[in-house]
Amino acid sequence: MKIAIASGKGGTGKTTLSTNLASYLAESDNVVLVDLDVEEPNSGLFLERKLIHSEEKFKMIPEWIKDKCTLCGECQKNCNYHAVIQLGTMILVFPELCHSCYACSELCPVNALPMKEKKIGDLSHYKAGNLDFIESKLMIGEEQAVPLIKQTIKYTDSNFEGIKIFDSPPGTSCPVIEAVKDADFIILVTEPTPFGLNDLKLAVETVRELNKKFGVVINRFGIGNNDVIEYCNNENIPILAKIPNSRKIAELYSKGELLYNSIPEVKEELIKIKDFIFSTAEEGVK
Amino acid sequence: MKEIVIISGKGGTGKTSVTASFAVLAKKSAVIADCDVDAADMHILMQPDYYKSEEFFSGELAVIQQEDCIQCGECKEVCRFDAIDLINGKYVVNPLSCEGCGYCSKICPTHTILNIDLNVGNWYISNIRTGSKMVHAKLAIGADNSGKLVAQVKNKAKELAEQENKEFVIVDGSPGVGCPVVSSLSGASYVVLVTEPTVSGLHDLKRVYELVKKFNIKAGCIINKHDLNKEVFEKIDDFLESEKIDKLANLPYNKAFTEAMTEGLTVVEYKNNEIKSVLKNTWNKIIKIINEK
Repeated sequence: MKIAIASGKGGTGKTTLSTNLASYLAESDNVVLVDLDVEEPNSGLFLERKLIHSEEKFKMIPEWIKDKCTLCGECQKNCNYHAVIQLGTMILVFPELCHSCYACSELCPVNALPMKEKKIGDLSHYKAGNLDFIESKLMIGEEQAVPLIKQTIKYTDSNFEGIKIFDSPPGTSCPVIEAVKDADFIILVTEPTPFGLNDLKLAVETVRELNKKFGVVINRFGIGNNDVIEYCNNENIPILAKIPNSRKIAELYSKGELLYNSIPEVKEELIKIKDFIFSTAEEGVK
Repeated sequence: MKEIVIISGKGGTGKTSVTASFAVLAKKSAVIADCDVDAADMHILMQPDYYKSEEFFSGELAVIQQEDCIQCGECKEVCRFDAIDLINGKYVVNPLSCEGCGYCSKICPTHTILNIDLNVGNWYISNIRTGSKMVHAKLAIGADNSGKLVAQVKNKAKELAEQENKEFVIVDGSPGVGCPVVSSLSGASYVVLVTEPTVSGLHDLKRVYELVKKFNIKAGCIINKHDLNKEVFEKIDDFLESEKIDKLANLPYNKAFTEAMTEGLTVVEYKNNEIKSVLKNTWNKIIKIINEK
């Protein structure tokens, strides 16, 4: 079963929920937590972990072989991303614009643009007690998160059965879609403020477009107003849990500590989420 | 005209609340650009009037015209994005996976695959209560190319600022370190980093600053909720010291931000609170630093 934890707005508690839920579930089940927020991965900061495997991740980009090139201009014409440009008698490749579609390379009549690897980040596989934890980090200066997210999901799928929890990137654009599109269930984390509500609505639009089952967890419950609850009730969206707002929680978070062992209210909320997800799974997840 | 970009790496540190406060303090001297197009929130605090709205097209989507398709499957073969599915004997493009490279349409033997331009969202120019203008956008759900929409918002804001002889463009950047942030940063005169003393805040600050350094832009830092964790606060302070990042302000852990937001106000307009005067001083400090450069 794949559970994606997402939110439109950043900083609502995705990572808090992901790390606590995954660690809690791992006490009784086979669980892997995957940090797909490859631009700013944080889950690892909350886990006492031991590295068991790491690998470099690459994307494929074309490399110009001057001696073979006849300067016919086909490559430039075939690249929809303006990543291959002919400038006088030179072919320039802009790796950050390249989507690795291979069109320039395979449609080159003289094979002057073979594809080669370019490093975009690193994948690390850790053990944190019973929990398996996978984290990928995009290299600074690399602009595209999607290829790394894809490869990280692929690594997870080919190495694990059981419960997979994806800590997704914030927002509603392509990296989020990539992270949640294969999930069986999506948990949207929000906070009861106008910003939280606005971004929750965007996130709901996104998951509805994807035709996914989902529920909401309200973090920092007690601040702001009741609008998020009213919205969920009007839209028939299940509220799975409410994590209270407290300075104690904020302090534990600031130190990189898990919450549920020292704050019973948090554990109770995790149990509610677990029960909800497991009963949903039994109903048959679409 | 100077461009001030506010970013944070990590979400939820108070970036938008701080940016909106600066927008109010700057009054008529600045055009505001909300470049967090993925999850834009600035409009909640600024109540823009959306007086001008335009669609934004970027990228393409492949569409197979079924009537002329001979089911040869070559499109599926060449697609590196697994975007073409064979469903009940028909080849169909999955719009969520298609990245619009156009390879399939180029090699289709019956030329039956079209590439249509994609509307990836809308952008707007609005009047705001400061007497100035704001450029903002709404990205279509799941759209690619948010970096290009960010560039569009920023360029329009700059254009407006130049036409109207404004001193500043104030930009609310996006979270992360990827393409939207890169677009937000390009051309900036000064970067304001908003962080918090948490292990995640520090981690993300370091990563996003690595990016700022690549652009060779001078930066300053605001530490929000500075009293949350002394130990991490000191680590951030050391980091700022070693990287020669201007220390702009330390804001206390305070409910005023959320309370003001709930009323649709910035914290500098909200009834008496200790953050108000700190942010006023911070804005003056930033102006001074920029004008000294």
